[in-house]
Amino acid sequence: MTQIAIIDYGVGNLRSVMRGLEKAGAAIVVTCDPEEIAASDGIVLPGVGAFREAMDKLGTLQEVVIQSSREVPLLGICLGMQMLLETSEEHGFHKGLGLIPGNVKRFPKMAGFKVPHMGWNSLTLEKPDNPLLAGVRPDESVYFVHSYYADTTPEYTLTTTEYICPFASAVFRGNVYGVQFHPEKSGAAGLKMLENFTGMV
Amino acid sequence: MVLTRRIIPCLDLKDGRVVKGTNFVGLRDAGDPVELAGRYNEQGADEVVFLDITASKEKRGIIIDVIQRAADQLFLPLTVGGGLKSLDDIQQILRAGADKVSLNTSAVHDPSLLTRGAEAFGTQCMVCAIDVRRNTTPNEKAIPVSLPDGSTCWYEVVIYGGSKPTGIDAVAWAKEAEERGAGEILLTSMETDGTKNGFDIPITAAISDAVGIPVVASGGVGTLEHFYDGFKNGKADACLAASVFHYGEFTVKEVKEYLRGRGIPVRL
Repeated sequence: MTQIAIIDYGVGNLRSVMRGLEKAGAAIVVTCDPEEIAASDGIVLPGVGAFREAMDKLGTLQEVVIQSSREVPLLGICLGMQMLLETSEEHGFHKGLGLIPGNVKRFPKMAGFKVPHMGWNSLTLEKPDNPLLAGVRPDESVYFVHSYYADTTPEYTLTTTEYICPFASAVFRGNVYGVQFHPEKSGAAGLKMLENFTGMV
Repeated sequence: MVLTRRIIPCLDLKDGRVVKGTNFVGLRDAGDPVELAGRYNEQGADEVVFLDITASKEKRGIIIDVIQRAADQLFLPLTVGGGLKSLDDIQQILRAGADKVSLNTSAVHDPSLLTRGAEAFGTQCMVCAIDVRRNTTPNEKAIPVSLPDGSTCWYEVVIYGGSKPTGIDAVAWAKEAEERGAGEILLTSMETDGTKNGFDIPITAAISDAVGIPVVASGGVGTLEHFYDGFKNGKADACLAASVFHYGEFTVKEVKEYLRGRGIPVRL
């Protein structure tokens, strides 16, 4: 059985993503052990909270994630997706893992729009043929909770969502994937994407 | 493409069992929160709230077990509140599989808990629950709210399940909670809670206008129209209800179909 490592660097709530991947038929190891991560067939980088703290907590595992992403599929979720990009302007200006070109920006203030962007919003599939999106309905709704968004180019954009401005709600480069929404909290559609990711491993 | 308005069933739990909802139709074990939440999930609920009213902290393990079972099966956002007083309490609940924690009395006693929680776990998981009641005693410092009958009052924050007034102005407290790191306000008015006469629209709209974070309206829903009113006139981002769902008066799907028919964007 293929093994997916969920990187546990103290950011809480890994249980739903673990069960979602298990449902898709993967063996899961929740770990912060560099060797275990390097030995797995796929990697999930979860994340909630603030960018810099998360990068700090990831610490020496940053290099392990970057190295492994050259060999096996990687999926970043929410803040874990933002960390795949080059920089973030959350509470200062911080460097990310730089696996996907682009920057993380705060939603601008706009009357009538609250931040965080919290709730169910729809996906426009920019690359419907990408394996991560197999079987996902155009305009499918998924669950978001975030105050910052990824600003990248169409080349790396899998799906877009509109809130205050259109933004990249899923990104990819090669076998590095990132989703701003929470697939593990997005009902059947989210589980389908976790299953698709498991299928790539 | 638009952010949809949310419908959130709330389950009150005591010692790991649902304490309302025993008349819920079609379930063998109506008292199990995970089973009930699963039913709401099938109906299209956007989130589920567990409110733990278990009195003793020694029984924290029971709610942890419920959250873990819910997170294993549900795959939708879960908020847990009730008796959380410290960062340790919050961390336990989040690690069990909750996505957000709701703080009420403890946040009033120690507002820094919101800040510390937001710094440690992110604003997105810090919900500030505010219970309010109308107060007509003159208070120059409070922000006045106009009522439909033309009179004016201010809304006072109450704690310990509504039993203890605090003298704190609700609109000011909501703004402070936002500044301190709350990512959402869960507003319950004692004026309307349990009445089935509809949400307390004046205070819901006043707080929604005053803050830049989502506001969840709670307390008093009895008809489909009340949900519409909560979104349209109360300017709520989400509507929470308990008994109308537990007693099977409406399914979540019926509520959403009604709302969509009246032009409120919902996920169906």
